[in-house]
Amino acid sequence: MTQGTGTPQATQRHIPDRLVPGWQRGLKSWETLLLAVAVAIFIANSLASPWFLDPWNLSDASFNFTEKAMIAFAMALLIIAGDIDLSVASIIALASTVMGAAMVAGAPVPVLVALGIGTGLLCGAFNGLLVAGFGLPSIVVTIGTMSLFRGISYVALGDGAYTGYPAGFAYFGQGYVWWVFTFELALFALFALAFGLLLHGTAFGRAIYAIGNNATAARFSGIRVDRVRFILFLLTGVMSGIAAVCLTSRLGSTRPSIATGFELEVVTMVVLGGVSILGGSGSIPGVVLAALVMGLVTFGLGLLNVPGIVMSIIIGALLISVIALPRLWQMARR
Amino acid sequence: MTAMLKSREAILALAILVLLAVVAIRFPAFVRPGNLANVLTDTAPLIILALGQMAVILTKCIDLSMAANLALCGMVAGLMNVAGLPLAVILPAVIALGAILGAINGLLVWKLSIPSIVVTLGTMTIYRGIIFVLTDGKWINAHQMTEAFKALPRAIFLGLPVMTWTMIAIVAAFALIVARTPLGRALYAVGGNPHAAVYTGISVGRTQFLAFVISGALAGLTGYLWVARYAVAYVDIAAGFELDVVAACVIGGIAIAGGAGSVAGAVMGAIFLGIVKNALPVVGISPFAQMAISGVAILVAIAFNARAQGAKGRIILKKAEHKQLEAGA
Repeated sequence: MTQGTGTPQATQRHIPDRLVPGWQRGLKSWETLLLAVAVAIFIANSLASPWFLDPWNLSDASFNFTEKAMIAFAMALLIIAGDIDLSVASIIALASTVMGAAMVAGAPVPVLVALGIGTGLLCGAFNGLLVAGFGLPSIVVTIGTMSLFRGISYVALGDGAYTGYPAGFAYFGQGYVWWVFTFELALFALFALAFGLLLHGTAFGRAIYAIGNNATAARFSGIRVDRVRFILFLLTGVMSGIAAVCLTSRLGSTRPSIATGFELEVVTMVVLGGVSILGGSGSIPGVVLAALVMGLVTFGLGLLNVPGIVMSIIIGALLISVIALPRLWQMARR
Repeated sequence: MTAMLKSREAILALAILVLLAVVAIRFPAFVRPGNLANVLTDTAPLIILALGQMAVILTKCIDLSMAANLALCGMVAGLMNVAGLPLAVILPAVIALGAILGAINGLLVWKLSIPSIVVTLGTMTIYRGIIFVLTDGKWINAHQMTEAFKALPRAIFLGLPVMTWTMIAIVAAFALIVARTPLGRALYAVGGNPHAAVYTGISVGRTQFLAFVISGALAGLTGYLWVARYAVAYVDIAAGFELDVVAACVIGGIAIAGGAGSVAGAVMGAIFLGIVKNALPVVGISPFAQMAISGVAILVAIAFNARAQGAKGRIILKKAEHKQLEAGA
């Protein structure tokens, strides 16, 4: 897209015989940078507020990012493959509404969970069908389904709300697995591991990178591109369904406006984690670190009584500067 | 290509007429000229922003910060009014501020080649956050604004409010820019084929930058119109409006991959959404259904537009797959 960048220094520099070590080094340095940022924020927070290092406070703070991060893992895969899903927050709203309606009808907890995840699955399948099946551009499809899914919630609920979830349902968003470790935090760790393995340890993961770098070439090398993309939308839908279960359980109520703006925070998290928005590169450890950075920033500033909207300025500035700084540095070096 | 574009716009025009007819069957009053003029005035901000967004989308970018830019400029207009500055100062100032905010987006996209979706995702939260920092979350209410400030968009001139005339002037200017100026050609060239654009001497980055400046300036102007018309300014005005704007463009047939789309399409896309929004309460459908309906409209529009963007490099494999299927059966 930009004319000329890349070619001049390529002639001066050592050209590796394989491409892999190059981007691996790049990814590693990105993650090191993120880790440094995370540690710096952690130290700054613990100096700024005496309440920061309390394990229970930190445990509470993890709710800032666990639900979003679960979606971010799947979103990272999707963005690496060159697609995007802006409808995730609306899937949460729809899944939560379905659970609420079932709860009112008297469904037991396991059915509620199954319905929440199932709704996510169906929404993901719908997106996947439109994008991978009919070959429509994912950004506009998911802008459309973003309106559609949340729109259905609004039609069902208006300005009302579902409240009064059964006591057993509260565990998913409020329960503790052990000591200060919440159920959501455990899920976060579990999914970080699972998605890390899927992306970095399987042929499916390789296929995702291949599609993101060159979908046509991937297709010619025998990867079933559309099937992979469909599965990725399915995964994103399921993760949104799981996040819906956790969030609904944590809030104990469903409104059509639930999780408004989540999609942007999830995308921010993914991009901050070093995933190229143009597809083809990125890693799960990066996304995990980005989730921690965003969680720590939000929590630390919260302790200092910084209003939420000012935090969003900082998150926005963080997003741009984390991407701009390495590029500025590169330009200055030339 | 032009024939196809024309037919796409014809379909959209037909859809708008059908929509109006359906509403008119139950509520003939809705299609009275007076009411249609009201709908048009109500839709004016969406039309103006859709044109700015169209310029950006044509160049393969997207501007998600438009609504935040609008809100910030609107608030600044309100604050300047409270400070006692005359409208002659406020108007150029907010347009310039909007252009500067757009230029910040444009510079980040041009000079640092950061993808526009990332840049505007960031500036969207930053611009809206700045409103809070400026005002501490306080509102500017109608009684704090001067009469002249509030009256301008509503002032009737030749039967239509100034707000509508502003929109019409901008539509005319856009039609002229797109069809008759080098910048207009450049917008399409950059989006249609960036490499070819470079070879013909068009700077891709600079064109994208200019598109962002245009969309920013329009957002700034709309900020004033919005705040003056609704006579209130607060942090969350026009929250989420950026998606309506993108939706208007998509419905209007502006290809999200850049390089294709027309002023008439963008305007009609916005008008379609405007009619839906205004007709729902009249027809007795809950306004809560608006979101779902515009979602369906977007999906239908993309399906129509999809014909324009065939996937290259797949034809051979399609054929191969077809043969395979036949052999399998």
